[in-house]
Amino acid sequence: MEILRIENLKVGIDGKEIIKGLNLTINAGEVHAIMGPNGTGKSTLANVLAGKPGYEVLEGKILFLGKDLLELEPEERARQGLFLAFQYPVEIPGVTNANFMKTAVNEVRKYRNLEPLDAFDFLQMMKERASLVGLDVSYLNRNVNEGFSGGEKKRNEIFQLAMLEPTLAILDETDSGLDIDALKIVANGVNSLRSSDRSFLVITHYQRLLNYLTPDFVHVMYDGKIVLSGGSELAHELESKGYDWLKNGNNGKK
Amino acid sequence: MAENDILKEITEQEYKYGFVSLIEQEYAPKGLNEDIIRFIWEKKQEPPFMLEWRLKAYRYWKTMKEPRWAKVHYPPIDYQDIHYYAAPKSFKEKPKSLDEVDPEILRTFEKLGIPLRERERLAGVAVDAVLDSVSVATTFKEKLEELGIIFCSISEAIRNHPDLVQKYLGSVVPYTDNFFAALNSAVFSDGSFVYVPKGVRCPMELSTYFRINASETGQFERTLIIADEGSYVSYLEGCTAPIRDENQLHAAVVELIALKDAEIKYSTVQNWYPGDKEGKGGIYNFVTKRGICLGENSKISWTQVETGSAITWKYPSCILKGDNSVGEFYSIAVTNNYQQADTGTKMIHLGKNTKSRIVSKGIAAGHSNNSYRGLVQISRKAEGARNFSQCDSLLLGDKCGAHTFPYIEVNNNNSIVEHEATTSKISDEILFYCNQRGISKEDAIGLIVNGFSREVLNQLPMEFAVEAQKLLAVSLEGSVG
Ligand SMILES: Nc1ncnc2c1ncn2[C@@H]1O[C@H](COP(=O)(O)OP(=O)(O)O)[C@@H](O)[C@H]1O
Ligand SMILES: [Mg+2]
Repeated sequence: MEILRIENLKVGIDGKEIIKGLNLTINAGEVHAIMGPNGTGKSTLANVLAGKPGYEVLEGKILFLGKDLLELEPEERARQGLFLAFQYPVEIPGVTNANFMKTAVNEVRKYRNLEPLDAFDFLQMMKERASLVGLDVSYLNRNVNEGFSGGEKKRNEIFQLAMLEPTLAILDETDSGLDIDALKIVANGVNSLRSSDRSFLVITHYQRLLNYLTPDFVHVMYDGKIVLSGGSELAHELESKGYDWLKNGNNGKK
Repeated sequence: MAENDILKEITEQEYKYGFVSLIEQEYAPKGLNEDIIRFIWEKKQEPPFMLEWRLKAYRYWKTMKEPRWAKVHYPPIDYQDIHYYAAPKSFKEKPKSLDEVDPEILRTFEKLGIPLRERERLAGVAVDAVLDSVSVATTFKEKLEELGIIFCSISEAIRNHPDLVQKYLGSVVPYTDNFFAALNSAVFSDGSFVYVPKGVRCPMELSTYFRINASETGQFERTLIIADEGSYVSYLEGCTAPIRDENQLHAAVVELIALKDAEIKYSTVQNWYPGDKEGKGGIYNFVTKRGICLGENSKISWTQVETGSAITWKYPSCILKGDNSVGEFYSIAVTNNYQQADTGTKMIHLGKNTKSRIVSKGIAAGHSNNSYRGLVQISRKAEGARNFSQCDSLLLGDKCGAHTFPYIEVNNNNSIVEHEATTSKISDEILFYCNQRGISKEDAIGLIVNGFSREVLNQLPMEFAVEAQKLLAVSLEGSVG
């Protein structure tokens, strides 16, 4: 089943074209990785998919579960199963992780015509999913991301992913700033969340996350376009040759 | 979630208490002079000592200048262009029972959610309702009288309990205290009076509901609460006013006296009309509230949720005179659009081992300005005194301002004073983060504001905490794009 289809997408910021004709299709259960040098438009793509204001879609279309994604408000996209693990998660003053997740989970459940979870079930669920990414339960009573280290913030993103059970999870540089142990924890968490009805779009600058999280497809993004697509072996090739390889005119299908 | 449904529903409302009731009013002529003061005194049928006191206050007021040190800006007030007394015509005599009250007045309070008929009223809350210059009805009076508790309008107290009034009126806030206190002392027309006798724990919340209805009228109420030795009372005031283009003046004085081992808990949910989105109209709220912990081990706790008024100028304070006495100040002040609030507290430590705690939460949105101004003063004799202050500000958007002015004067080496302050902002990034988790902007703001305010909301009696939480959301309506 097709989850996401992006056709000839062009996106501008402040009149400058950043994404310059991008095509991508993701089916149910697939894990896609997008790699590419800094400033190439990877976060822009993630943000446009999530509906962050400030981006201008100049051309193209995006279908999510067969619906025009660009018609939907950001919170509607989220409720319909689109999740973004942020590159830079923000701190939310005055709101505990637990209360934040309770509100978010119940919004998603409301959309699915489900009753709100009762306090006991919810607490059980939180404990279980927090342990998935090695997040101590004490973090649930702290304000969202407040005083969390870089690694804890990233783990909290994956914890939220686990709680919200999305259809499509986009991970924007979840690996950056993590030491190798934290990276393994995050990768294991993601691996345990893989399923036939959940797709992933994993954005990364480095190949090392992909050592632990074998993608079905790897796409190389350069200057606002996908310039190369292949299997997981493409990640290794890119690692050994470096992004300069792309600049030397080696564009096109492998 | 039900909670968020409520928030959502109310974020879509305008100021809902803005209606005007068609009640025939009797006014004093506009302006202020000694004849007007005599007029008020006569209307109120007060004993002679009150006329003398009012006139002294008036003469003192005439020598004073309006204070301008607060961080608020407003055009000069013409004190001769205000009615200092307005009362429903049907009130030539205070009605003996609710059956004698003009049905339009009862409807007014019902619309405000304050049904005065005893059988309909919230169980466990006794209400005194003040419309413009007069007290309309005090409920549960007999039940309280059985315990020796006096809960009535201040006018009745002046007539029926002159000794108590003469002993304590002006003892905490003398008319010389400040410009608005002097004005209030000269012209105050009504307000509430509470006396709780020795050793009595007041079994229900006492509540006064202030409503300004008449136009071009000032409201100057006066509240006096005395908790005798070992007694306890929890008191709550609520306030609303109609939507009017003009600015109306509200200058109240509240005095609290806690004797040995007594405790007074005073809560306010202030929702005077704040003016419209462009800053037109609204109440000027210049209030002096002060309590004295006169006896040992006494305690006074102020809790306020300030969402209304165009301008708020208000510093509920505690004089901690008795040894081991405790003062507390919990405050949420919300400003939106063009509202201005300059509010805070004074904790004056005189006795040994006195303790005070200040928790102030300022929330600013729109083009508003929100200032905390607080004084902690430890006198030379206040051995072992302690203060802890926490002042947090939350900004919505970048056109508003939050300011903190803590003044600390310590004259004793054996005391401890701690002050913490934080400022946070609800940025677009935060709102988008919440959106991305399925939470709408309104709900996100509700969530953050409630979390931010929790510590103060928890101090309110249960039924009012819910009300206050709704108010916060309404007040911030339209603060996000
Ligand atoms: N808010 C913004 N305003 C202006 N330019 C931006 C903004 N965000 C990103 N850009 C520019 O868009 C390009 C792509 O950025 P980004 O999508 O963050 O790249 P990547 O995630 O691949 O490193 C960069 O040139 C960056 O400078
Ligand atoms: Mg990026």
